[in-house]
Amino acid sequence: MTILAASNIGISFGGIKAIDGVSFAVDAGQILSIIGPNGAGKTTLFNVVSGLYEADQGRVELVGEDVTSLAPDMLAARGLSRTFQNLQIFQRMTAAENVMVGRHLRETCNLFADLFRLPSVTRQNRATREAALALLDGVGLRGSADQLAGSLPYGACKRLEIARALAAEPRVLLLDEPAAGCNAVETEEIDELVRRVAAKGIAVVLVEHDMKLVMKISDRILVLERGRPLTEGTPREVRDNPAVLEAYLGKHGAGEAARA
Amino acid sequence: MPAWFGHRSVTLIVLAAIVVVLPLLFPSSYYFRVASLVWVSAFAAIGLNILMGQAGQVSLGHAGFFGIGAYAVAIGPAHLGLPSWGALLIGAVISAASAWLVGRPILRLKGHYLAIATLGLGVLVALVITTESRWTGGPDGMSVAKLSLFGWRASGSSTWYWISGGVLVVGTWIALNLGETPTGRALRALHDSEVAARVAGIDVARFKLQAFVIAAVYASLAGSMLAMMNGFINPDQAGFLHSVELVTMVVLGGLGSVVGSIVGAAVLITLPQVLTVFQEYEHVLLGLIIIVSMIFMRDGIVPTASRWLARRVRV
Repeated sequence: MTILAASNIGISFGGIKAIDGVSFAVDAGQILSIIGPNGAGKTTLFNVVSGLYEADQGRVELVGEDVTSLAPDMLAARGLSRTFQNLQIFQRMTAAENVMVGRHLRETCNLFADLFRLPSVTRQNRATREAALALLDGVGLRGSADQLAGSLPYGACKRLEIARALAAEPRVLLLDEPAAGCNAVETEEIDELVRRVAAKGIAVVLVEHDMKLVMKISDRILVLERGRPLTEGTPREVRDNPAVLEAYLGKHGAGEAARA
Repeated sequence: MPAWFGHRSVTLIVLAAIVVVLPLLFPSSYYFRVASLVWVSAFAAIGLNILMGQAGQVSLGHAGFFGIGAYAVAIGPAHLGLPSWGALLIGAVISAASAWLVGRPILRLKGHYLAIATLGLGVLVALVITTESRWTGGPDGMSVAKLSLFGWRASGSSTWYWISGGVLVVGTWIALNLGETPTGRALRALHDSEVAARVAGIDVARFKLQAFVIAAVYASLAGSMLAMMNGFINPDQAGFLHSVELVTMVVLGGLGSVVGSIVGAAVLITLPQVLTVFQEYEHVLLGLIIIVSMIFMRDGIVPTASRWLARRVRV
């Protein structure tokens, strides 16, 4: 079943078309990777789909419902979660609290109950913390639950973001370079984590520069170049497409690579 | 650090104990008065800290709400024949309503722009109070009826000491409650990363507005208490300098720390009293002390001190 579908997305900044006519669709349990050289518009596409930017053209559908230019919190409520390329964790909160914030949509939030800390609030807090700890366990951060997120190493923060995104029990998860800046071991962990997420039936859209990771875990790959779709297909099809190599390395580089 | 350290109920018990024991050390009623001033200011600062420390939004016009609360208990009984407690509630409702109305457009602004917008709000309230002299007595201020409940009249500095102390304990309890709840977490989250909070499904505008309204109600109640305690009110209480004073209490004591706001208020109220022995150098010294403590305790008095304590305890 198609969970997330974007069709003919376009957005310009100051007359420059950052994205132009990009479409993609991802099914439940599928991993779709979006790749392309720097500046191809991958993160911009994520920002449009997750409601941070308003597109000039195109349409975004979430589980068959038109959600074009809906605010991010409304999209979250409909089952879309994401992580960020540049870490956006809550530095002054503990790891567990970060994930508890991710549970926000699954909690009842009543100002008066909160101000007077009614028993229902304490009860719910306990349940939310339990859920958060289980999620931290899933990303190997159970031991750092009560540490301030700002004091965690980079790779751990990356996984913390994923745990927080999963806490909302999304139907589709957008991951923006989850393995960026991670060493080989950490990348391996991310790889396994993403597979597990997809295995649970969550649609995954991945922007990533680590080609080994992308080729290994993607069901399909969409290649962007300068904001336009270059090609789309299975990892094998994309790897064997000379246009893709050219986009990354230039005409001359592609020729060199072919001879090598 | 032991697990009970900094726990909510421990904080509350210690605060209540201080309120109860402190009078044993007071040689004269003058001390009751200064301590009551501390409790009232601390109450306002705690509310402002929910907005500034938790949600990370600045307000440079908070004395405006303080003024609304103060003038409500002055005007209500004098001009409209309302009982003081009724006027106090109406003042809180007016403050909440105006915070809600004004907050909706201005809380979209960030940083300096929000600071200027709230500043404008405070100036506006002070201006209305000063010019509507038929109701407010203008720049000269007006006298305030004493609080009476069921035939009992609250007067004298020791009575107000107990009222303001009790109210402060309740206000502290509520502020401490908020931190570890969905609302408190949402506020702290949007403070750290607004974009991540939105993506997590938090309606950022709504939570900012809630914090603004809560802070306004705290300030309004503090203003009402001060007016009834003093029996007199003038527009300075709603003015810009008082707004700055409230912000200084919050920052000096420690952004985000409830206890910090109480300590900040205590320092800012008592220090000038202590420094009067230096006569004309009083204000210079006050300014210097604030500058030096902000340099050496950038996170505020209480967070710095508790970090220092935590290191000592662990060693």
